[in-house]
Amino acid sequence: MRPIRWGQVLVAAVPALFIGYFFLYPLIRILTLGLSELNVGFDGVEARLFHIGWFTVWQAVLSTVLTVVAAAPMTWAVSQFEFRGRKLATALVTVPFVLPTVVVGAAFVALGWRNSVGAILVAHIFFNIAVVVRTVGALWSRLDPDLHDAGRVLGASEWQVFRTITLPLLRPAIAAASAIVFLFTFTSFGVVLILGGFRYATLEVEIYRQAVTLFDLPLAAALAVVQLVGVTATLYAYSRYQERHTSTWALRAEADRPNPRGRARFLVGASVIGTLIALSIPVVVLVARSLRGVAYAGLFRDDPVVGTPIASIGNSLRFAVIASVLAVLVGVMASSVITGSRGTISRWFDLTLMLPLGTSAVTIGFGFIVALGEPVDLRASFWLIPIAHALVAIPFVVRSTVPTLRSIPTETREAARVLGASPGRVWREIDLPIVTRAALVGAAFAFVISLGEFGATSFIARPNTATMPVMIVRLLSRPGSASFAMALALAVILAGMTAMIVLWIDRLQFGEIGTF
Amino acid sequence: MRKFLTVAVVVAVAACGAEEAETPDTLRLMAHDSFAGSVSEETFAGFTESTGIGVEMIAAGDAGSMVNQAALSKDNPLADVMFGVDDTFLSRAIDEEIFAEYRSGLLGEIDDQFVPDTDLVTPIDYGDVCINYDKSWFAEAGTTVPTELDQLRDPALAGMLTVEHPATSSPGLAFLLATIDEYGEDGWLEFWSDLKAGGVGVVPDWDTAYYSDFTPYGGDSPMVVSYASSPPAEVVFASEPIDEAPTGVVAAGCYRQVEYAGVLAGTDYPQAAGELIDYMLSVGFQETVPLTWFVFPVNEGAELPPEFVEHTTIPTDPARLDPATIAENRDRWIDEWVGVMEG
Repeated sequence: MRPIRWGQVLVAAVPALFIGYFFLYPLIRILTLGLSELNVGFDGVEARLFHIGWFTVWQAVLSTVLTVVAAAPMTWAVSQFEFRGRKLATALVTVPFVLPTVVVGAAFVALGWRNSVGAILVAHIFFNIAVVVRTVGALWSRLDPDLHDAGRVLGASEWQVFRTITLPLLRPAIAAASAIVFLFTFTSFGVVLILGGFRYATLEVEIYRQAVTLFDLPLAAALAVVQLVGVTATLYAYSRYQERHTSTWALRAEADRPNPRGRARFLVGASVIGTLIALSIPVVVLVARSLRGVAYAGLFRDDPVVGTPIASIGNSLRFAVIASVLAVLVGVMASSVITGSRGTISRWFDLTLMLPLGTSAVTIGFGFIVALGEPVDLRASFWLIPIAHALVAIPFVVRSTVPTLRSIPTETREAARVLGASPGRVWREIDLPIVTRAALVGAAFAFVISLGEFGATSFIARPNTATMPVMIVRLLSRPGSASFAMALALAVILAGMTAMIVLWIDRLQFGEIGTF
Repeated sequence: MRKFLTVAVVVAVAACGAEEAETPDTLRLMAHDSFAGSVSEETFAGFTESTGIGVEMIAAGDAGSMVNQAALSKDNPLADVMFGVDDTFLSRAIDEEIFAEYRSGLLGEIDDQFVPDTDLVTPIDYGDVCINYDKSWFAEAGTTVPTELDQLRDPALAGMLTVEHPATSSPGLAFLLATIDEYGEDGWLEFWSDLKAGGVGVVPDWDTAYYSDFTPYGGDSPMVVSYASSPPAEVVFASEPIDEAPTGVVAAGCYRQVEYAGVLAGTDYPQAAGELIDYMLSVGFQETVPLTWFVFPVNEGAELPPEFVEHTTIPTDPARLDPATIAENRDRWIDEWVGVMEG
């Protein structure tokens, strides 16, 4: 019998307890409460619900495909070549991801893009393009260039090499990014409300409407179950796919990228500049409108009603640091469990960690209320906000670290074992250096997710702490030209901070990244 | 170890003692985000000074979300006092039995129109949802500002108005209720179908209507559904100091929203909770209400700040519907409205 390895038990227990207590338990409590009162027999609402379910699925599929396609040129350019401003460009792509929906919605409306499915799809691409660029780029930059060169030498065209060699090797990362984009757009709320013009509703919108506006908790719970089933099925398909297509070779340490030359130079320039210009259109509208009056100066003055707006930066940073530390700790532990075990347990563990991305914010928020009152009353506590942010951020850490951990050849670990290294040492010496880079990509996302504070927190009873998005919404919800300009000015500062923080995290290098 | 145990026992005893005391160190006040967001250290300083009790704010989303959270946690309440239920959510809150009865001694200072026929909640403020218009747009176009709802049936005027969707917006629902009050069950849908024919704009929320569609902010609509307090806010929150509000209030088709506070059933400190409600009704607090939350005080003794006297019109006969009627019919009204507007 093998001795119990307490280190491994601990590594598995932490993420399991975290996700179990802060996600599964509240989810089960609120759903059972709602469903216990469900009267079977929806008089005539089936047609409407079917309509909503169908729209939810097809817009999410279409949004995901379009986002991957739109992100491809930029991903290729920043992962394959070195050029001036490469890191800045990568950081700038992340900015849309963090902007509050109300602010982007206002910019889209100002451009006349609204009341159509087209506007919803464009907004989804705008928000999610960074997910693809960063997740796929991280793997692409580590593909062994010898494979590409060998293909070319053997006479294949650039396109043939891409289609037959590069693309198949990138599949795990493309699937990972697609899964995340799909979940975000499947549960889209603000974008659909503001830009859809009421003809369109996702399940997320309908759950909110049933639970909050119409007080039909049972029907809302039933819809939440439908949403969960859809999300679980997608994730299951994704994980099966991932298992079949993970390659454990052809990776190298991120090494020197070549400078683009000739035609490549032109294509890289066009990809990067084109993408950035397209993404900047709504941001330019935002900046232009923020420049009226004394917007920026006003942020530093004490406002009798909302306090000093600029002080919200400190609150946001505090939550973001806690949330990303939590997410990286739990996420990296979870990743090592997922890659360390095989089969059903690993698959379902992975899947469960992804679920918060696809669960409606109302369901989680109300779940906290019914589940977290005892034994320690965590409802309305300071900690619940970074915990909620971490729940959404953990999947990013897991998605960016699992492919990298899986790509470490088993032989490398076995060799170390044979040579007498303990499991802890093997992890430290082999996995850790390799995983650090990937974990940083996840950390950047976690930080940015917390800064942007997704809708989840608006359904959580919480202390009266004004983060930047909260302050923006507060300023936007009162009349007055100064209120409006200050809200947009704060959004511009949030965008700028995001770019700087991502840039800074990207530049950090922890130790040597091993070569093998 | 023994020392540690002693400390632990003392702490435990102290904790139990505190639970039984009549006066807590702090009271928890649960409110919707727009109230909580404007609470500062000074807001309840007067209360803490006179009673020694601090006030801890809990922000709970929008009013609907807050009532739901209170209903879900009524066995182990999240707070001692809840503020911000209005007539549209009052029935639901009462049906869920989240409140304990409390009758404030200050009710005598409050206009009867605000006092509900239950002791479960106490009125604190009111606001009138009214159509706002862009003064300079109307002056330049030489168009007369409407004085009655019926004038909006003129296609030329209907196309100049943007309203919020009643399913997603509280002022949107209030304006819908105003039209029902005005035209009754038999006529209100016809009014809306005239508005639709004239090209009325519909948007999901107040900030889109005001900051994207209203002409002073670069939109195409010289009229939007907003509040009677919006013109004073335009003056207070102007980029450059201004003497006159750029917008005005159409004093017809207004709906009066009253916001209530209540002691949450299950609180350990019902008496202190009542004192907090009294504080919110007192003239001192009530006079801070207009410039903090841009709503009007219910206490007749509270004086309005000059901005509210000079730059707005308080409608003389705003619409109001009974909370029970609203609760009973809201879903149907919204569905019928959607049928007309989106059909």
